[in-house]
Parts: sequence; structure tokens; C-alpha cells
Amino acid sequence: MKAVMSNKSAIALYVLPALLLILIIIYIPLVLTGYYGMMDWKGFAPMKFIGLDNYNKLIHDSMFWKSTYHSVLLGICSTFSLLIYLAVSMVLASRIKGANLFRKIYLIPMLLSSVAIAQLWSKIYDPSNGMLNHLLTSIGIQNPPLWLSDPNIVLFAIFVPIVWQYAGFYIIIYYAALKNVSEEVIEAATIDGATPWQVASRIKLPLISPVFKVTIILALVGSLKYFDLIFVMTGGGPNHASEVMASYMYGEAFSKYNFGYGSAVGFALLLICLLMTWLIRKLTTSGEDVQY
Amino acid sequence: MNKKKALPIIVVLVVMLSLALSGCTSPDNSASGSQGASNGQTVIKFMHLWPEGSSNAQYTIVNKIIQDYEKQHPDIKIQTEILGNDQYREKLKVLASSNELPDVGMTWSDGFLKPYVEGQLFTPLDDVIDANLKDNFIPGVKESYAIDGKTYGMPLELNISYIFYNKELFKKYNLQVPKTYSEFKNIVKTLNDNGVIPAAVGNKEGWPGSFWFMYLADRIGGPTLLTDVIHGKRSFDDPAIVKAAEEVQSLVDMNTFEKGNSGLSNDEAKGYFMNEQAAMFLTATWELPNYTTSPDVPQAFKDKIGYFKFPLYEGGKGTDINSYVGGPGVGLFVAENSEVKEQAKDFAAFLVKEWGDKSVTDAGVIPATKVDTAGKKLDPMYVEILKDLSSASNVTTYFDTQASPNVAELHHDLIAALFGKQITPQQFVQQTAAALAEESN
Repeated sequence: MKAVMSNKSAIALYVLPALLLILIIIYIPLVLTGYYGMMDWKGFAPMKFIGLDNYNKLIHDSMFWKSTYHSVLLGICSTFSLLIYLAVSMVLASRIKGANLFRKIYLIPMLLSSVAIAQLWSKIYDPSNGMLNHLLTSIGIQNPPLWLSDPNIVLFAIFVPIVWQYAGFYIIIYYAALKNVSEEVIEAATIDGATPWQVASRIKLPLISPVFKVTIILALVGSLKYFDLIFVMTGGGPNHASEVMASYMYGEAFSKYNFGYGSAVGFALLLICLLMTWLIRKLTTSGEDVQY
Repeated sequence: MNKKKALPIIVVLVVMLSLALSGCTSPDNSASGSQGASNGQTVIKFMHLWPEGSSNAQYTIVNKIIQDYEKQHPDIKIQTEILGNDQYREKLKVLASSNELPDVGMTWSDGFLKPYVEGQLFTPLDDVIDANLKDNFIPGVKESYAIDGKTYGMPLELNISYIFYNKELFKKYNLQVPKTYSEFKNIVKTLNDNGVIPAAVGNKEGWPGSFWFMYLADRIGGPTLLTDVIHGKRSFDDPAIVKAAEEVQSLVDMNTFEKGNSGLSNDEAKGYFMNEQAAMFLTATWELPNYTTSPDVPQAFKDKIGYFKFPLYEGGKGTDINSYVGGPGVGLFVAENSEVKEQAKDFAAFLVKEWGDKSVTDAGVIPATKVDTAGKKLDPMYVEILKDLSSASNVTTYFDTQASPNVAELHHDLIAALFGKQITPQQFVQQTAAALAEESN
């Protein structure tokens, strides 16, 4: 083994297949997207090079910034929902009755495909025949909100199923991290007279903070490029009220045949995601990792 | 301990066995496949948009035609891929951008067709039309698929739109079929007073609401108005169009449509009409099977459904009630890059020809080819509509079909906004006019 590891060409040989694959599937298309962004291109007719015109148009495109704002809102919502997931997994990780059952209950939305979830929630939100509005009218609310067609609420109405969809994923991550906190440390603290609240805030939280940082990045970047539920439930409508960056990109490229401009939007989306990741890392690497 | 280990072992064994079994079956498949190839069997890939579930009648006919064709041409195998309407549109665009179009597929006319032809993805079909279908099409339909004198699609359908209504609900509240727009508004009022949703419309994708707008524009501004706008002869900020948009919003104010319609798809809105929660539904004749022949819809419901022509607007320039909004539905294209182009063309022509006969009797939809109704047993509603077609003074092709994809998308967004009262009629008109102006530059 040692002989292999010291042989540089052997290392290169082993790394090569995966490297090639990731280059072909991810990095080359990334660069190409940026390049297509400089084209006036319908997707199938010949391309015309127009330099930075698309990017210039993008900067002045109020629709793009509106969709960016929606994506950032979603990012903030999902980041805050992480706190709820954390609290839930704290409870589940302490040995309460039925923790196992609840863990499965929280996990089930994750097993459904996004399209199924979208269909499910579209039915729940149906303005006249939906479950939610039936409930609201039956308790005496005369004009319940039109969840998916009122431009002022549609965005938040869609955030609910998105947050719901990913609950299981983050709860599992936190649960595993919490289970990793060594029992001895907790026991020692309890013997020294620490309350459960102190154990949670002074021992468990600091110990899982690296995991927490990773999930913030996951949630934020995941939200910025989020697409599926929004596309199926409203298609970004009504009149762009629930448009996010990814659905805007799709609309430009595939509905309006502005493939060049769509590529520019996609490239901008990538840059924004990179910037956000860098920012979060910058903000969260201030302290050393805690160890006991 | 032994017992505990048994389960994983069993699991591993089952997995291995299933792998081995699938290993057995796949060579079988490939063997028959290569056998087919050695027989010289040609595969034609065909994509259409009539899934078994939602368009059963059309699905069955197409299947029957494919079987007949394969029987007559043992050396040809037709491979189908079927998607619902909206998914089909999306997928066709994606396939086109990666240059993987099926050999034969369905396309819409005018604005939809144009970028595909400019991208040289469709092949001209004039030779096969001249050879097989020279005088078969209803005049004017084939021309919607022509660009620069070449025809790139063979039309299958011709659709015109009517207001379909629930006769029982009308009878219950003593309502008569309206001839004028003010009579129509009275009907809306009566139905509303009685807690019935007057009309169903789904505006998530925008086009169903556009039917109302297009008819109002036709009745107020005259039958050629929207076509003239497309051809740059008149401007979209014409007072008649502003008036039509205003009328749409006044219908919305009267609670003509179900609540929250800008978040509902056409199928969801259709549910309101099919469940008899809504009394009227403005849609095109592609829905006819649901009211006549479809075995999935109860006869009791079919018996309740009637239709009327969009009423005339008092003082409007469109004074002929026989002017329709409609247009060719889908047609068949053959891909320019197809490796089996000649066979594909032949199959497409066969399908169009057979479709003309079978769609009449079996599906109750209107084909784009001439129909000889004599000696055929047809649903009365269908006979009536064929009669209407022959006396139609004008069929205005859907505005979004005629417009470029850019303008069409904008139009759909703005229609949803207009129905949702997010924008004023003036904004609606100005934004569309600006997009049209930008395009013509």
C-alpha cells in the first residue's frame, strides 16, 4: 500500500477517472454556460457572439433582481427553519418515548418526490375545493386567502411545503451529530450539577457547531438554486409573483427561446451561490472548533 | 447470534439472485432486438400528446392506426412516446436544443413552428402532401404551417371555441342562451345570486383566459383586429383592445370566474365544470369527446352539456356571430435530421389520412381534413359543429399561436395578471404593445 501511495503516477492514475468525469459533467459545462451567456442564441439556430450584452442586460433587468430577492427570502426562511429542526432533533435525541416513531414521521416527506409533494399541496391550497380553505370556511372565515393566486401570499404559501419537504433531511443530520456527542461528557456535567438546558446550550450545541455551519451552507445554496416545487405548483406565477432565479432561467431559456440570456442568468446564479458560500464561511469560521 | 446473521445473508442472497435473474432476461431482450435488426426492421420514433388517461379516444385511434401501419409494413416498427400537453411542449423544446427530436412528432402552427423551421429542425413536407393528401385539407388550415412557401406540418385538428354550458343549471334558473353580451352579463348575475360559479377558467398558464380576451377583442374591434396587430397593420394599444381588457376585468369584478383562477391550471378549472360547480366553460372543440363520445364521462353528464357561440357585443364592430376564435391544433412534423426520413414521411401521411376518417366516428374531434359525414353515425352536437364550420365567416387563429414565443409568454403572464387584477387594462395593453414594437425593430 505504501509503495502505491508514494508512486505519484499511480496516484494520478487512480484519481483520473473521477476527475475526468467531474470535469466533463460539471466544470466544462460551467465554463460553457458562461460562454453561451455571451451569445445571442435560440437554442438550436446558429449562435451570434454579442460580448457582454446579455450580462449588461441582466444587471438592469428588474425581473431578475426580483427573482433574486425571492430566492434570498427563501434562503433566509430555510436558514431560520434550521433552528426549529435543531430543536426537534434535540428532543428526539434525548431518550423520550416514541422518539423512534417521530423520527420516521419527520422523515417521510423526504421520501416523496418533489412533484408528488407539489401535487399534494396544490390540492390542499385549491381555492374552493381545497382542504385548507374548507377548514377555514368551516370555522367561520368568510373569505379565506387564495393561496396560490394572491401575489402577496403565494411566495410564502410555497415556502411552507419546501420547508416541510426538507425537515426530515436536516433532522437526520442533527440527530446523527447529537448521537455522536460522547455520553461521558454529558454524564460528567450532569454530576457537576448542570441542568438539561445547560447541557444542551453549553455542551451539545458547541460540539455540533461544525455540522450546523455545513447545514447553513446547504440550506442557503439549496434555496438559491431551488426550482422543482415552484415550477410545478405555480410555474413562477401569477405574473412572476413567485419567480425565483432558477425558474426565471428556465423560462428565459425554454419558454422564450432566449438560450443565450438564460445561460447568462444561470451563470449569474452560480456566481451568487459562490459568493454566498464564501460569505457564510467567512462569517462562521471566526472561532476555533470546540473540543472537550 | 446465528439467527441475527441469517437476515443479512438472506438479503444478500435475494439481491444476488435478482441480479442474476435480470442478467438472464436482458440478453433475451437484446437478442430479440438484434434479431429484429437483422430482419431489416426500421424503427420510427413517434412522439405525441394524447395520453391514455386524459385523451383516451385520441390515444386509442392513434394506436389503432399504428397497428394498421405496422401490419401493412412488416419491416417498420413505430416506437411511441406519449406526454401530456404541457409536458410535451416543454420536452419538445429540450429535445430540440439537444438535437434529439423524434422522427415524427407533433407541432403547433405559426409562431410555435417558426423557430424550429429557422433552426432547420423540421423538413418540408410538400412532396408527400402533393402525392397523398393534395385536396384533403380544409382550405386555409395547411397554410398555417407554411413558412416561405414550404409546408412544415401536416395539420391533424381544427379547433374553434365555444362556450359550453350546463343545460340543467340554465334550466333550473330559467336562463336562455344569450345572443348579446348584456344578456350574457345577466346570466352571470343570476347564477352568482344563486351561488353557482358562472364560468370556469384556469389561468396558471394564461392561455385559457386569453380565449375570453380574444373573443371580446373580436366582438368589439372586429374579426380581423388581432391578426392585423400581428401583421403590424394595427397597434395593440387600439382602443378596442383596451376596451376588451376592461371588459375582462369587469367580468372578474362581477365574480364571473371561480376564485383564485390565476393559480389554477386548465385541467383544475375544467374540474369545476365537470363537477357541475361551474355553469359555463369557454374552451375549444378538442374537449368535444368529453361531452359526446368518451366512455369515461357518465352519459348523464354528457346529456346536460350544450354549447353556444360567444355573444355579440352591443355597439361592437364584430357583428357576425359566426366569427370564431380558433385555429389549427396540432400537426405532424418530420425531423430534418431523421435517419429514416422517407419512411417517417410516409407514416406521417398515412396517419393524417386515417386520422381524418377515424377521428370523426371514434373520437368526435374535428380533423383538419375534409369529412364526408354521409353514412356515418355521429353525435348530434358534432354534426351541428361541422355545420357551423362550413358556415363560419372567419376563424381568427389564437393570438398566442400567431405571436412569437417571446410575445406569447408575455401575453400568458399578462393575462394571468389581468384576471388577477395585478395590472390595469392600460398596463396590459402598453406592455404587450411595447414587446411587439421591440420585436418588429
